[in-house]
Amino acid sequence: MSITKSEIRAGAYYDSVVLMQLQRSLAALDGVEDAGVVMATPANLELLADFELLTQEGKTANPDDLLIVVRAGKAEAAEAALGQVDALLTARRSSISSEFRARSMAGAAKNLPDAEWVLISVPGRYAADVADEALDLDKHVFLYSDNVSVEDEIKLKAKGVEKGRMVMGPDCGTAIINGVGLGFANRVRRGPIGLVGASGTGLQAITSQIHNLGGGVSQAIGTGGRDLKEAVGGQTMLQGLDYLTGDEGTSVIVLVSKPPAAQVSTRLLQAARKTGKPVVVDFIGFAPPAPQIGNLYFAAGMEDAARLAVELAKKAPGSAPEVAKAHDGYLRGLFSGGTLASETLLGLQNFLSPLFSNVAHRDEQKMADPLRSQAHSILDLGEDVFTVGRLHPMMDNDLRIRRMKEEAEDPEVGMILLDVVLGEGAHADPASELAPVMQTLKKARKDLDFVVLVVGTDEDPQDSGAQVEAFEKAGAKVLREVNQVVAYVSAALGSESDAAAHPVKRFVEPLAAINVGVETFYESLKAQGAEAVQVDWRPPAGGNEDLMSILEKMRS
Amino acid sequence: MVDITKANEQAVKQMMEARPILTGVAVARDVVPGMRDNLILHAGPPIGWARMSGPMRGAVIGGLIFEGLAKDEKEAVAMVEKGEVDFEPCHHHSSVGPMAGVTTASMMVYVLENETHGNKAYSNLNEGYGKVLRYGAFSKEIIEKLRWMNDVMGTMLADALAKSDGLDIRALLSESLHMGDEGHNRNKAGSILYTAKLAPLIAKVAEDAAAEAEVLQFLGDNALSVLNPVMAACKAMADAAHGVEGSTMVTTMARNGTDFGIRVSGLGEDWFTAPVEQPDGLYFPGYTSEDASGDIGDSTITETTGIGAFAMASAPAIVQFISGTPQDALKASLEMYEITVAEHSHFTIPNLEFRGTPVGIDIRKVVELGVVPRVNTGIAHKEAGVGQVGAGLVRPPIKIFEDAVLAYAKKYKL
Repeated sequence: MSITKSEIRAGAYYDSVVLMQLQRSLAALDGVEDAGVVMATPANLELLADFELLTQEGKTANPDDLLIVVRAGKAEAAEAALGQVDALLTARRSSISSEFRARSMAGAAKNLPDAEWVLISVPGRYAADVADEALDLDKHVFLYSDNVSVEDEIKLKAKGVEKGRMVMGPDCGTAIINGVGLGFANRVRRGPIGLVGASGTGLQAITSQIHNLGGGVSQAIGTGGRDLKEAVGGQTMLQGLDYLTGDEGTSVIVLVSKPPAAQVSTRLLQAARKTGKPVVVDFIGFAPPAPQIGNLYFAAGMEDAARLAVELAKKAPGSAPEVAKAHDGYLRGLFSGGTLASETLLGLQNFLSPLFSNVAHRDEQKMADPLRSQAHSILDLGEDVFTVGRLHPMMDNDLRIRRMKEEAEDPEVGMILLDVVLGEGAHADPASELAPVMQTLKKARKDLDFVVLVVGTDEDPQDSGAQVEAFEKAGAKVLREVNQVVAYVSAALGSESDAAAHPVKRFVEPLAAINVGVETFYESLKAQGAEAVQVDWRPPAGGNEDLMSILEKMRS
Repeated sequence: MVDITKANEQAVKQMMEARPILTGVAVARDVVPGMRDNLILHAGPPIGWARMSGPMRGAVIGGLIFEGLAKDEKEAVAMVEKGEVDFEPCHHHSSVGPMAGVTTASMMVYVLENETHGNKAYSNLNEGYGKVLRYGAFSKEIIEKLRWMNDVMGTMLADALAKSDGLDIRALLSESLHMGDEGHNRNKAGSILYTAKLAPLIAKVAEDAAAEAEVLQFLGDNALSVLNPVMAACKAMADAAHGVEGSTMVTTMARNGTDFGIRVSGLGEDWFTAPVEQPDGLYFPGYTSEDASGDIGDSTITETTGIGAFAMASAPAIVQFISGTPQDALKASLEMYEITVAEHSHFTIPNLEFRGTPVGIDIRKVVELGVVPRVNTGIAHKEAGVGQVGAGLVRPPIKIFEDAVLAYAKKYKL
């Protein structure tokens, strides 16, 4: 036999929803069969009666009274339940004030308008679309996902460049932006060393080592492993370089990557030459032409890169410009010495493109016709084709004078480079014939520069000092080493990188980000004190391909 | 290729700019387009007797008795089975009705006029709580109450409104949303505002003080008094947004207890329907989800136009219907921003720093994100005549949005 117990609370008003909740909680208690919690209006009393919940006491309640009724198997259970009413009424749900998680990136962007970064780690099949959406929202992208096609990567990066936004990745594992690690990153102190890396673990190793050596990191920008492939063209690394060039917090730059495609390496090193900041280059397995060329320091491995960067950061910043003016004309190198030509080519091929030569190191450098220069050209005029029936150009200047005049007539030529090899058996006074020609040609074309590499000593019959003086008087830049020539020419020539046309937008501090995908990245952002929102991402249209393709067409 | 974004902007602009004014109360036969004696208007998408849910059938029987076409249940059912009664959705007649939505030719209806675009919308009068026709009850007392509502209250309201400039329901809603209402499940503040605005108008025309007191008492006690004019106002706003070429915005959401149906601005008069789901909510003493009828009513017109569950953040008092905290109420509204076209320029949410309510459901976003609209709803007993057994939250089936997307692709040759 069930027992029904009730309690009246006169004049106590509660919203009906509260009462329904209380009733539900009471009914769920051990031993309780049913419960009713109502304001005692006639309609409600009738309702209770229908369910055998109306007690004698209950019948006496007024419409303004709160009536609580419990029916239980045993009287104790009913009493116990009534005893819990106050506790249940005042019980506050544990305030799980977990923040709202948007399902869409656009929704998340509205909830955290300061977010400038989107971290993406959704399955590769969807990643490009998500990244594209992030760019449409004008965000920088950290694209951790892999299995994104090269075509998509190229499209995304082109769009990023256009909008002045970074697309780090796909397959970008790490970055440190404004002191906040994205993806996998080590906690390192902040400092003046900025890095751009196509290798995630390479970046982690070098940033860690920099920290361990007492240095600090301004930004560490990841590019994704494919960025330096020819098809992608190093877009992100170029953007990163451009960013760090303009970044006041960065005084030394480090580039780290597996060996880039030859074309890409040329573009990168050329851009690196123009940063005006020391750049440590660690292209793993890359054979540098020299340990240092101008502001470029070629590291022998990651630890060396970290060490070099930390040392350079300690030195006073702000190197003076290495050349008076830079221009985008072509170089024509007219060499008398084959080895000098070959070594100069070896150095310059890292900076100038396209570059042709009759002593080519690479297939694409081969000249169709050594008698006709094209683009940047390095010529060994001591080759048989030139010397048939005449003296070697070390002894006879006629050939080079003719060729100099010819080159100067080409308006696309901006710089003519000559070697002058002194010593026994060479021409008695090369400057006396070459310098006046230079002077004349310069008079006709003020934009034309001459660079002369003088090889010899002051004890040579021609006296290197006198020769240097004569060339300088004629307005030529005189250098004494091949490395110096490579450094000078690479600083003076070559067009600005594409990135400069669309500068990357500054990374706003403090960093705020939207995370789409792997939740640990979100948690890690929060743990580092960064503002972040997590998108509750699901495959669009529940993964239904037909609907997805229709929705794609309906995007307007 | 049609510019969908532009089309939706146009549609939502029309929805928000619509300014529905309550201008009168009149007999349905005289004002509702296409109304006739043997026609019963019902909630939701089209449905025949065979598939009607319990509450809907009960309301139909009550409607026929009220009209004097049948004297009891038996006669009413016989008439229906002989095919003497036509059934059409309220929505096909510029009308809406809560729960069963049953509206017959002699019933008094609210007349709303959209001052901006000129279209009109209609809704029956609210009967209050308890055993009522809209939940399928049709006993003698209920028919008597309906007669009183028609003959005494309806007539008085008609006279009162006829001598007024009308009531701006959009303005009333803007205010009640700042007083803890969301305009669908909670209309306490709005009903008080409504009664306060009507009282002096009624006082001017009432000839019998006792009747006047009775009417004012009825309006003031009923926390749902304003629901029906609000629904008709929403209908006027939704219709103003319908028929925009290329728009993917939903202009109708309605349930008949059996099917949930939607219509889309750029997809003409086609309904997309699927079986209704069971609401998830809190139940009155003695009832459980076992007793619940399928989701029913045209009141989802509120969510369609950016209030109701979409404005949940405005109504913390009823968050427990969605078994949550005030924080959950905020989340409910925030979630709806994800699938809507705009933020309402007239309805704002104080708790969200007066951000406009999310308005204009975009079928593209619903399907892409897998987020279906939230709907606050009353829960009817599955048997005719028992009445309301609870209230809570329900979602439409996603299939109807997917079907609409497919139909859009077909119509616009995508």
